[in-house]
Amino acid sequence: MAPVQNSLKTIDPGFRVPLGDLTMDDLTVQDSLANRPPEADALITKPAPQDEQVADAPLRADVRDLNFYYAEKQALNRVNFPIVDRKVTALIGPSGCGKSTLLRCFNRMHDLYPGNRYEGEIRLFPEDINIVSRDVDPMYVRLRIGMVFQKPNPFPKSVYENVAAGLWVRGVRRKSIVDERVELALQRSALWDEVKDRLRESAYGLSGGQQQRLCIARALAPDPEIILLDEPTSALDPIATSKIEELISVLGETVTIVIVTHNMQQAARISNFTAFMHLGVMAEYGPTEKIFTNPSEKRTLDYITGRFG
Amino acid sequence: MTEHILKAFDEDLREISSRLAEMGGIAERLVAESVDALVRRDTALAQRVIAADDAVDALQREIEEKSILTIARRQPMAVDLREIVSALRITNDLERVGDLAKNTAKRVLALDGEYHAQKQLRGVKHMADMVQQRLKQVLDAYGARDEERAMDVWRRDGEIDAMYTSLFRELLTYMMEDPRHITLCIHLLFAAKNIERIGDHATNIAETIYYLVVGEPLTEERPKLDTTSFTKVSLNG
Repeated sequence: MAPVQNSLKTIDPGFRVPLGDLTMDDLTVQDSLANRPPEADALITKPAPQDEQVADAPLRADVRDLNFYYAEKQALNRVNFPIVDRKVTALIGPSGCGKSTLLRCFNRMHDLYPGNRYEGEIRLFPEDINIVSRDVDPMYVRLRIGMVFQKPNPFPKSVYENVAAGLWVRGVRRKSIVDERVELALQRSALWDEVKDRLRESAYGLSGGQQQRLCIARALAPDPEIILLDEPTSALDPIATSKIEELISVLGETVTIVIVTHNMQQAARISNFTAFMHLGVMAEYGPTEKIFTNPSEKRTLDYITGRFG
Repeated sequence: MTEHILKAFDEDLREISSRLAEMGGIAERLVAESVDALVRRDTALAQRVIAADDAVDALQREIEEKSILTIARRQPMAVDLREIVSALRITNDLERVGDLAKNTAKRVLALDGEYHAQKQLRGVKHMADMVQQRLKQVLDAYGARDEERAMDVWRRDGEIDAMYTSLFRELLTYMMEDPRHITLCIHLLFAAKNIERIGDHATNIAETIYYLVVGEPLTEERPKLDTTSFTKVSLNG
């Protein structure tokens, strides 16, 4: 398997994504940014249907009977739940319940360590491919599903280079296009006004909250199909947290977002759907409104009302 | 329900609940005493009812403050949130019940020295007994978180409405019979309306209990048999 964790550091003109069994036709992202049809841009800004019912909502992904093993230890047990297109789905649950493990399956992070094993499916739509299948290159998955972590982790480069990195990796080199995408991503992550005059300065000069929004911009730039957020505000102060939450609420109308959070009020505030994980199983999934006002499962109720354990 | 990890949260909820029970007890007593004062024309008792309403108002403010503080401090979810929202609603209903009892007591003072006829009072007394019984039942249902008993009160609100409608007609007849009865009958009619409204508040509380226990608001139309808005007198020359 390709040493993907290093790929971003080794960007050079000859860099090409390892494609595995996929052909260039499968990997349309490669060039699509340069020759995007107008409809594609329209899709970015088109809000999702307001309907809160899962039944009729179009899905971006569907997790089906997913098992995951850290070597011998089973961490996820027959997990089933949908990811509704252009909505925010929150994963909540006590520490060790498997929510981060589940999130990391979405971009095959577990492939970085030997012995880890997936069973079952995460189907990504509209392509309808199983992204945890051995036949799908993890690099291909990561190109389409972006991730933001708990602590802001910008590259030790300029603001501009941070956001452009994702585009360069995908082979987008024409400066006018990169410039345009960088600006758009920074605007969508509500950072543009704060950094437009310091694009060439080091990203490390930004505040923690700005760095986190920069990481979101970096994930947004290549226009991913899903953005995964792993406790994106737990290292931030309340003001920076509010800005990120506001950003997620706005982005949630145009991008599919899956967020892991320990802050239940946060899940209640910003998500459309909530999945409650417990001991590696999906204990309850439903519209956020229902989960936080009248959950069906006793263990969900105990958890959200602070009666657990 | 198991306890919260945070014991102080349980303490807050218990405090709100017990204050509400206390308030319910006082409201119940005021209703009984106001009707008693009306029937016996006891102005001293009526004065006491008027004065005691302040205690109900003070409890309402206290429960409201405590509830708001608990929301701010604990961010309650699901059943805990419903518990507090329900307390806020019930405390409003009980405060109104207190006001209505006080209004009835004031009418006792206004009637001082007026013609005192037992005949006209019978219907009002009968209706008041029924409403008091409903109020007691619904407060018991709150204490026991028993939505079935609450719903029983809810379903039977129509009976009180029907009784009020017939009382309205009856008092109208007395007034037509003898104009000297008009002052008394008008006051009795307003007292009856107060009592009927207390019945409505008991029904509101029943709906709140349903929401508290079941988790969803009651959407059914409540039974309505009060037709006095459409009642008219025809004077045949």
